[in-house]
Amino acid sequence: MEKVAVIGIGLTKFGELWESSFSQLFVEAGTKAIEDAGIDGKDIDAIFVGNMSGGRFIEQEHISSLIADYAGLTPLPSTRVEAACASGGLAIRHGIMGILSGFYDIVVVGGVEKMTDVLTERTTQILATAAEQEWEANLGMTFPGLYAMMARRHMHKYGTTREQLAMVSVKNHRNAVHNPYAQFRFEISVDKVLNSPMVADPLRLLDCSPISDGAACIILASKEKAKEFVDNPIYIIGSGQASSSISLHGREKLTVMDSTVNAAREAYKRAKIEPKQIKVAEVHDCFTIAEILAIEGLGFFKVGEGGKATEEGETEIGGKVSVNTSGGLKAKGHPVGATGVAQAVEITLQLRGEAEKRQVDADFGLSHNVGGSGGTAVVHIFSK
Amino acid sequence: MSSIPRFWRSIRSRYNLIGKKCLTCGKVYFPPRTICPNCRRKGKLTDYKLKGEGKILTFTVIHVAPEDFKRQAPYIMAIVKLDEGPKITTQIVNCKLEEIHIGMRVRAVFRRIKEDGSSGIIHYGYKFEPCKA
Amino acid sequence: MKIGIVGYGVYIPKYRIKVEEIARVWGGNAEVIKRSLKISEKAVPDFDEDTATIAVEAARNAVKYAGINAKDIGAIYVGSESHPYAVKPTGTIVAEAIGATPELTVADYEFACKAGTAAIQTCMGLVKAGLIGYGLAIGADTAQGAPGDPLEYTAAAGGAAYIIGKKEIIGEIEGTYSYTTDTPDFWRREGEAYPRHGGRFTGVPAYFKHIYNASIGLMQKLGLEPNDFDKVVFHQPNGKFPREIAKKLGFNPEQYEEGIIVDKIGNTYSGSSLLGLARVLDTASPGERILITSFGSGAGSDSFSILVKKEIERKRGDTPTVEEYISSREYIDYAIYAKLKKKIKV
Repeated sequence: MEKVAVIGIGLTKFGELWESSFSQLFVEAGTKAIEDAGIDGKDIDAIFVGNMSGGRFIEQEHISSLIADYAGLTPLPSTRVEAACASGGLAIRHGIMGILSGFYDIVVVGGVEKMTDVLTERTTQILATAAEQEWEANLGMTFPGLYAMMARRHMHKYGTTREQLAMVSVKNHRNAVHNPYAQFRFEISVDKVLNSPMVADPLRLLDCSPISDGAACIILASKEKAKEFVDNPIYIIGSGQASSSISLHGREKLTVMDSTVNAAREAYKRAKIEPKQIKVAEVHDCFTIAEILAIEGLGFFKVGEGGKATEEGETEIGGKVSVNTSGGLKAKGHPVGATGVAQAVEITLQLRGEAEKRQVDADFGLSHNVGGSGGTAVVHIFSK
Repeated sequence: MSSIPRFWRSIRSRYNLIGKKCLTCGKVYFPPRTICPNCRRKGKLTDYKLKGEGKILTFTVIHVAPEDFKRQAPYIMAIVKLDEGPKITTQIVNCKLEEIHIGMRVRAVFRRIKEDGSSGIIHYGYKFEPCKA
Repeated sequence: MKIGIVGYGVYIPKYRIKVEEIARVWGGNAEVIKRSLKISEKAVPDFDEDTATIAVEAARNAVKYAGINAKDIGAIYVGSESHPYAVKPTGTIVAEAIGATPELTVADYEFACKAGTAAIQTCMGLVKAGLIGYGLAIGADTAQGAPGDPLEYTAAAGGAAYIIGKKEIIGEIEGTYSYTTDTPDFWRREGEAYPRHGGRFTGVPAYFKHIYNASIGLMQKLGLEPNDFDKVVFHQPNGKFPREIAKKLGFNPEQYEEGIIVDKIGNTYSGSSLLGLARVLDTASPGERILITSFGSGAGSDSFSILVKKEIERKRGDTPTVEEYISSREYIDYAIYAKLKKKIKV
């Protein structure tokens, strides 16, 4: 596909942000991105925002209008994109399509979620709306429960161990120490993970990404328009998206996320590169097992060997492919709708050489965003 | 308050494991579908009652439960592969946490799933228990 | 035309709590209680079980035993004191869950512990009148006893379902006789969580009077005597009462012991006499005659004479027996019991 430039990035801190409202978060991230791009409001042609559930978290729908309004960007066309936890990644794809179709030259793509205004039990129930209500959630299934079942099957079939899962968290926490925007910036040990309270056997508290507030934003431009603002922008050279059954029980295999495999295939094809060329990747580690499934599904490691690869340090900073240098969803935080866009921010920083202590030497980067237990997957490939 | 019509529409399926069979390709579906993903418009779906027996493919023990199920935690949830082919998500009852294992044969029982508070509708449906030896 | 039982099914939940455990909490003397009530433990429903789920499991077993198509059932009556809803019948939930809908009539019954036998009588009438082919009568309960009250030692959960018809009957109902008066021995007002009772008044003027008169009435009506019966079953609120009334009526232990199961599972209220009958039917031989008399507080008794038929040998064996349910048990303590019975206010 024709490449699209990322000319600006912006992010809020992720965490329990009691003082910030939904719109304040978006405006903060958006303003930073606009400044980073060196553009003005009048240069923008459209807004795409990823948000999973404004309706249930803050009882607000019609997010597209809310965002344009509070960003001071009316009457620009504004679109809210939703695919559960893949909302952000999907918003990026729509921004790309808006530009490559010739409709727009410069678009703002953001993601935002405000999750802490309701009690934790309510949040658990809201996150479970990404699963099938009638036949999964209403029967007592939870989101961690779905991934826990995938973990158990993966452990049964491939011998992935509890310790290997824990090592995903340990690595991501270590990476986040160097990320000033991360929710958790402290290291943890495998022991600490294995002794944290049980959430859904075998997944424990420290296997699970947290509840977070936050927003992220990138400015996309056609490669011609980009030249007016930025000398050497980072480019998105591939995009892939795939759907799969909404329920976990509806999937062919419980240990391979086919949406990831299919989305990645499209992205690699459009980018004309192979998995082994990716040296830095932000993958969807909503739970430790999700990272294992991701690095297998994206073609970095063979199916069944993700656990071993993690254990052997192949996904550390400087390893075969540095995975989740930002700290991933686990340590950086997971404000659902913002995540996909935050991943793009990290990859852009990496390829720009601005990742400081998290820096990886890479020509190509990848972001991977999943909705629900794998009902949607969106993959983007970036290059210098 | 949960939706009364939505709950009512799926009563037959939840009480009696009524799914669908595609007369064109022979595939059995549960939960029931409106269109056969295999055949799409060439498919012909008809009601099909599943026997309610199968084996456990994977499971978890839910410790942190959603609001409606809080008082039952910890409880076992599993994906069961029914003998006719479809996989379903269900709670496993009459089974000790130490006894649950992949491959265990289970069969359907009729239980209370949840209720809409103390004054709302009670939802009944299927859960599964280990088959006696 | 012979009318009778075409099939039957039971269900008893698996948890049990011992008399000692309840006594421990409320300062009772376990040995005295066990001796005087002749009961050692009772059945407790799981958190997700109630009268409807018990009725459905029993009904499913009954349909399987009977070997009929559930769509041929023309009426379902569920008798209980613990219907899940005050308004909205348990019977329709059962009807849907066994696939009997939509061509049938349904209603719920309440007459304390004899609602199930009243349901049988109704089904008999509809079958005899030719209005239905088969009727399903169920007695099921998840009885509540107030914490600390003597009834708490016996109030248990369980149920039995009987399919009444004319074809392939395993037990012919030779006749039925009822004795009913307005006697306030045990009651529960609308909105109250627990029932109340008249203490010793529940004995002679209530239980004994009605069972005695109903049983004598039935025998006189059919021209039968105590030694015409091989087995007898009575409502069992505890282990003492049924043995006492049996002796008073002139029956001996060989006739009445087999039908007494209260000592192992407690008083299942609407399920009580029907579960005792099922226990007897599980091992009865063709040609045997069984007397069963229920008792419901308020008060009344329904008595039946049942003649076992050859069909019983062909039909039995594929569904769980009362003994099987009695022996699949797991003991719990008072705290878990209080949680499962939702006695803890949340």
